[in-house]
Amino acid sequence: MNSLIPLLVAAPLAGAALLLLGGRALDRFGHWLATALAALSFGFGLALFSDMLGREAEHRAITKHLFSWIPVNGFQADISFRLDQLSMTFVLLITGVGTLIHLYSVGYMAHDERRRRFFAYLNLFLAAMLLLVVADNYLLLYFGWEGVGLASYLLIGFWQHKPSAATAAKKAFIVNRVGDMGLSIAIMLMFVEFGSFSFEPILGSAGTVGGAAQASEGKLTAIGLMLLLAACGKSAQVPLQSWLGDAMEGPTPVSALIHAATMVTAGVYLITRSSAIFDLAPDAQTAVVVVGAVTLLFGAIVGCAKDDIKKALAGSTMSQIGYMVLAAGLGPIGYAFAIMHLVTHGFFKAGLFLGAGSVMHGMNDEVDMRHYGGLRKHMPVTFVTFGLGYLAIIGFPGLSGFFSKDKIIEAAFAKGGTEGWILGLCALVGAAVTAFYMTRVMLLTFFGEKRWQPDADGNAPHPHESPKTMTIPMVLLAFGSVFAGGLFAYNGSFLTWLEPVTGHSEGDSPLAPLVVTLLTTACMLAGVAVSYLMYGRSAVPVVPPVGSPLTRAARRDLLQDDFNHAVLVRPGSALTAALVYFDSRGLDGFVNGLAATIGGISGRLRRVQNGFVRSYALSMFGGTLVLVATTLLMRSV
Amino acid sequence: MSALLTVTCAVPAAGAVLTAALPAGSTEARRSTTKAVALGVSAVTLVLAAVVATRFDPHGARYQLTESYSWIRSFGITFSLGVDGIGAVLALLTAVLVPVVMLASWHDADPAPVAPDGTFENRRRTQGFFALILAVEAMVIVSFYATDVFLFYVFFEAMLIPMYFLIGGFGDRAGGPEAARQRSYAAVKFLLYNLLGGLVMLAAVIGLYVIAQDQGLGTFDLQTLTSAIADGKLQLTGTAEKALFLGFFFAFAVKAPLWPLHTWLPNAMGEATAGTAVLITAVVDKVGTFAMLRFCLGLFPDASKTFAPAILVLSVIGIIYGALLAVGQKDIKRLVAYASISHFGFIIMGIFALTSQGQSGATLYMVNHGISTAAWMLVAGFLISRRGSRLIADYGGVQKVAPVLAGTFLVGGLATLSLPGLAPFVSEFLVLVGTFTRYPAIGIVATFGIVLAALYALLLYQRTMTGPVKAEVSTMPDLKVRELAVVAPLVALTILLGVYPKPLTDLVNPSVNATLSQVHETDPAPAHPVAATSGGEQK
Repeated sequence: MNSLIPLLVAAPLAGAALLLLGGRALDRFGHWLATALAALSFGFGLALFSDMLGREAEHRAITKHLFSWIPVNGFQADISFRLDQLSMTFVLLITGVGTLIHLYSVGYMAHDERRRRFFAYLNLFLAAMLLLVVADNYLLLYFGWEGVGLASYLLIGFWQHKPSAATAAKKAFIVNRVGDMGLSIAIMLMFVEFGSFSFEPILGSAGTVGGAAQASEGKLTAIGLMLLLAACGKSAQVPLQSWLGDAMEGPTPVSALIHAATMVTAGVYLITRSSAIFDLAPDAQTAVVVVGAVTLLFGAIVGCAKDDIKKALAGSTMSQIGYMVLAAGLGPIGYAFAIMHLVTHGFFKAGLFLGAGSVMHGMNDEVDMRHYGGLRKHMPVTFVTFGLGYLAIIGFPGLSGFFSKDKIIEAAFAKGGTEGWILGLCALVGAAVTAFYMTRVMLLTFFGEKRWQPDADGNAPHPHESPKTMTIPMVLLAFGSVFAGGLFAYNGSFLTWLEPVTGHSEGDSPLAPLVVTLLTTACMLAGVAVSYLMYGRSAVPVVPPVGSPLTRAARRDLLQDDFNHAVLVRPGSALTAALVYFDSRGLDGFVNGLAATIGGISGRLRRVQNGFVRSYALSMFGGTLVLVATTLLMRSV
Repeated sequence: MSALLTVTCAVPAAGAVLTAALPAGSTEARRSTTKAVALGVSAVTLVLAAVVATRFDPHGARYQLTESYSWIRSFGITFSLGVDGIGAVLALLTAVLVPVVMLASWHDADPAPVAPDGTFENRRRTQGFFALILAVEAMVIVSFYATDVFLFYVFFEAMLIPMYFLIGGFGDRAGGPEAARQRSYAAVKFLLYNLLGGLVMLAAVIGLYVIAQDQGLGTFDLQTLTSAIADGKLQLTGTAEKALFLGFFFAFAVKAPLWPLHTWLPNAMGEATAGTAVLITAVVDKVGTFAMLRFCLGLFPDASKTFAPAILVLSVIGIIYGALLAVGQKDIKRLVAYASISHFGFIIMGIFALTSQGQSGATLYMVNHGISTAAWMLVAGFLISRRGSRLIADYGGVQKVAPVLAGTFLVGGLATLSLPGLAPFVSEFLVLVGTFTRYPAIGIVATFGIVLAALYALLLYQRTMTGPVKAEVSTMPDLKVRELAVVAPLVALTILLGVYPKPLTDLVNPSVNATLSQVHETDPAPAHPVAATSGGEQK
């Protein structure tokens, strides 16, 4: 069974290689090959899962060592895998949802002449993400981590002929690199501290205590903060969130993949995986919850102001990942719920994005929700599946998001003390705002008047339901959006499943669980109601109103780019320009001047070429002098 | 005593003479003969260098396959060769890159007809170009194999002459007299900088001899000298050791080049042909960093330790400075040159961190930088040859018309920014870790280099390859078969050595250990060591 772990990664990786190198011969069926390989990986995942279920909870982790990667004295990095309940959860999510997105893309990208390459990149994305979650050490995780960065770069910038897409792709990669720097430094710190960066020796496993227990709190805090920086990059958390909105330049299935099954979930994985470190570094944990709470509000506010359906959903992703990061920062109270929300979110967010793609498909690639309206009659399957995803994300009782989000809010209160109250209230406010902007998306898109506009070529839209390859994945994801949460919450099954890896404690909530549930539901209903009053009862203007300063700031992503531009880009460009000048005039000028002076040549260096022999002779002469002097000097010392 | 090493050096040397003597290239057929002969010689050299690397036993003596012939007896100068793992690997790198460069430069030295009647500007251009490349190859390989300090010095200096002519005599075609003037300036600058470094080194070489002779050791033999220093038979006073160290180091730092001695490199790499630029940065400059490892650390261990922190500061400045300058470049080839300056900072940092990760990493870095920069630079050269401009702003949207060219250019860029899975990641991470364990602050500053590398590599790709197709590039052909044959092995090696670098590390590690024990350094021990259970070695 253990040998199946590398195959999880190898199947989609082989697909990527085949499709990239195979040439035009594969154009006709390459997309099906890629989809089949993704499905094959899912099959391997299921086999491993059933095998894992057959063992006692303490003996579920399995390992597979392939070969020694970078062997240098004292430094041991291996291509070696470890599959436990946490990584198993991710494997099923990545391959399951990933396969559905592949299937969807068969229809969505049917008319793109570079479809083969698109599927190669999708497969690469899966392979990198799978490597990330099955690695048994941080350096191999880093391999997958940056592989995810590469795949997202290639996919966000898939339509490279559009300057905006190329810019967005580069931005995503570079902002992520800042996070990657954090991961590099964390690994180096671990190496200095433990002489290793493998999971088991540092973090321990079921029944054993890892080396982390011996390290000082200061060191662990440093490692934790660096891991958090890394997580902020991949998971688009404040302050490294700015790439996520622009990443919507990629084809819509890519957004679904990035937001649901891969990439942004990596940060949550990293923090949860490193729980043994964070549990012993309370300051780092505080930083994690602050980042999570700030981001969940930040994303929610941005989501309210966007008219672009994909960007509204992107804001929502930030916000929902904020919930997960918040939960992961709570320690053993929250880890399992962070992952549970991650999985349910994987279903409904993938469904929502695929639904958005289906709407765009029917509307000549229009993304402005102010140009939608009344689509429910024209796209019934999209409407129903998107609607179920909507109900799930706002936490409508009984649907997936209800169970997972409610648990996180409960856990936030359970943190205890003032901190618990602040975090709990943030999470509640977030729930209300989520309901508000998602209801807005729903109303603007599927209800109300038709506000359809002709596209740039003057073609009026003729909305129609999408082909089967697109609707089937949407329907399956809708099932997940409805039932997954209930299944996970039933009897605490998900908690029991993950507990051997993440541990669990109940915390000390000032509020009874039922009170929290009622509060959450009330907040959600309030958000829906306000949204209905604003967008459901009166006609929606096609041109956005000016709006309050907050709205305008939120439309500009709360000025994140203006901030980065002022603080980083402009000073950076100025510094670069100054250095370019300095290098050619200052440094080079100095050396040239020196050369000219030493050589006794009055003109500038370029004249030397005319009298080259002369300068050569002069140099020789100078050299001889140096020689004689040194010989004398060396004898005397 | 086998003569394998001598033969490996002699083949390209003899090939250079043979190539130069072939009949002038006034016809296509004659030029092709010349090129085929040169390429064949370089292929034989590659086989020989590979045999040397496989014959080398990592668990055996420090220097193997040794040969020694007397040369200038009165000064104790010998023609002594021998390999350690580091020298074997770098010589192999040279032997791999030379045929690739030749193939990439296939038409760079075709004489252009200057008059309609078919008279040529210089009918011996082709012979000259390929003979010079082989001459450089021979001299570089001697430098990697030399175990006599004076012998090393002679070839270290002598390789400047063919390089000077390669830089000054052959460049990108476009530009006319102004280009020729720039090229000439670049060549002279290259020569003067390196000559100055060499002269200082010569002084130090002689100084070392004088001191050794006073103590009864009239020899330039590296092994005799290092073991005499190790067991105290040869004693250098502190001042003398420092002065000699600086003399050697200065020469190597000019050649490597280390900030702030780098300004000759962008000129040289910018004005030379892409192939010559690869020879400069991937082959010749490596002799500088190699010599730091072998001579500075081996001969002057105490001074090396004394100066290490200062050198680390210079190299970390170089990492950041080179990367920032690369971001600000308008010229594709100069951008690659500044990126190389940043990378040389990493190599030198790895060497002087004096840890086994740092030095193994630095050695791998030399190899990986050679391969990946060759790929990046040569594809850039193919691009430039199609459009006749080195300016980034003259390109745009190339991926639409030449997707394979764009794809390989991206791979080159990704290797340069050290993406995991590609070879440069392995070496860069080792250097960073190796530095961090001893000097955390410097390690962290250097880590900023990975963000800047992403910036310059991806900016270059974005500006040249993406966006709307510019009219001037709209008819640009994709890579030809010859060009693919150049790029494919480099890309394959980059991936292979990124995933499975073990064959290299096995060769290099023992030599690094030997170097470190000469300096009497051991790696800092972890604070709370844990058993590396993940290491499957024992399983």
